[in-house]
Amino acid sequence: MPEFMPFLPEFTPEEWTAIGLSVRVAITATLASLPVAILAGYALARWSFPGKTLLNGLLHLPLVLPPVVTGYFLLLAFGRQGPAGAFLYDTLGLTFSFRWTGAALAAAVMSFPLMLRAIRLSFETIDRRLERAAGTLGAGPMATFFTVTLPLAAPGILVGVILCFAKALGEFGATITFVSNIPGETQTIPSAIYTYTQVPGGEASALRLAAVSVTIALLALIASEVLSQKVLKRTSVFE
Amino acid sequence: MSVLEFDCTLRLGSFALDATFSAGTGITVLFGPSGAGKTTMLHLIAGLEKPDRGRIVIGSDVLTDTSARVFVKPYKRRIGLVFQDAQLFPHLTVAQNLAFGSWFRGRADTVIESDHVIEVLGISQLLSRRPARLSGGEKSRVALARALLSSPRLLLMDEPLSGLDEDKRHAILPLIARIRDEFHVPVLYVTHGRDEAVRLGDSALRIERGRITAAGPPAQILAR
Repeated sequence: MPEFMPFLPEFTPEEWTAIGLSVRVAITATLASLPVAILAGYALARWSFPGKTLLNGLLHLPLVLPPVVTGYFLLLAFGRQGPAGAFLYDTLGLTFSFRWTGAALAAAVMSFPLMLRAIRLSFETIDRRLERAAGTLGAGPMATFFTVTLPLAAPGILVGVILCFAKALGEFGATITFVSNIPGETQTIPSAIYTYTQVPGGEASALRLAAVSVTIALLALIASEVLSQKVLKRTSVFE
Repeated sequence: MSVLEFDCTLRLGSFALDATFSAGTGITVLFGPSGAGKTTMLHLIAGLEKPDRGRIVIGSDVLTDTSARVFVKPYKRRIGLVFQDAQLFPHLTVAQNLAFGSWFRGRADTVIESDHVIEVLGISQLLSRRPARLSGGEKSRVALARALLSSPRLLLMDEPLSGLDEDKRHAILPLIARIRDEFHVPVLYVTHGRDEAVRLGDSALRIERGRITAAGPPAQILAR
């Protein structure tokens, strides 16, 4: 425990490992989801295409499906024997089963709908006449997207990022089903808490990790609330 | 000399536009009551809307020609449009809004100097502000400057002063006349204000229910 942070509880090395792994998994999941969520959010907000309702439903499915079911599907698809898993191993040498990368994949799939929803909403609230104005000033569709649409959507996108990160940090059901609960490899904070509650004398560890979860979740919610307020202010005509 | 040739028909619900006119250098005022189709005509020229049938030519460039299947994209037309409610980018400062106009202009185009525009429109003290902190009159002037700085071949103005009170309107009217004289940009100016039309117009077109009903010198066209 660093001397300069006396307010932190004394974490054991195992607990630090779980915290560090959780953060790595959540950051990876969030960064990997972001470009996909921006593309899908834009498509759902702006384009009409056949199967849009179905796509929207599929993308939001992890929100309502039992996490164990999502984890099981991931195991079937991305396990070594699964079609997607075998393909990714053969082409890119990527392995997901029983690896931290698998935990990141499970966290990404589970938290994606939250990010998508925030991003889609922020694209929907943009005044499209501003994009039209950019066009009359000579900006083509790509230039307009990067100079007008994306910056105007940025606060909403940040809210999506924060919610996704917080959700990814807490993912349990799909993760434990897909990649099990291996200390140092796939044992994130929630899995570690679960383990500590199963063994005698683990209460203190479980409590400390629970406190970490609560702190991070609260900070994320506050940050997203502050950012939402900023969005309202920016899109408002009055100041 | 004719700058713009316009001949289009467009049906939007129960409204039908069927107009033919040409506009020369200087300020051409498009005068008529609300709902007469003035804004639709500007949108057709800027390429924000497609006509059912018609042809729009600027100088020697065909921008729209339904029979030849020509439709130049709005961002390639180099036609400035000053919107009724300014439409400044809220996430950019005034200086960045102005720069937006010049970022995307082609190399070969006639360049309108930004310092000159800022001076003529008297907006130098606003450059670091955000649009949310501008008054209505300030927004109008910035929107006008932004459109000018994209070095347009033709400047379309859609009732740019309609949201302003009498005093502000009188302060900006001479600026618009100065823009014509200093930057030699032909202007198509939409208004339903008789006073504005007479003061600014070098020529005028009267539009009613989607049709041009009169064309000529403003004083003559606008007399009842």
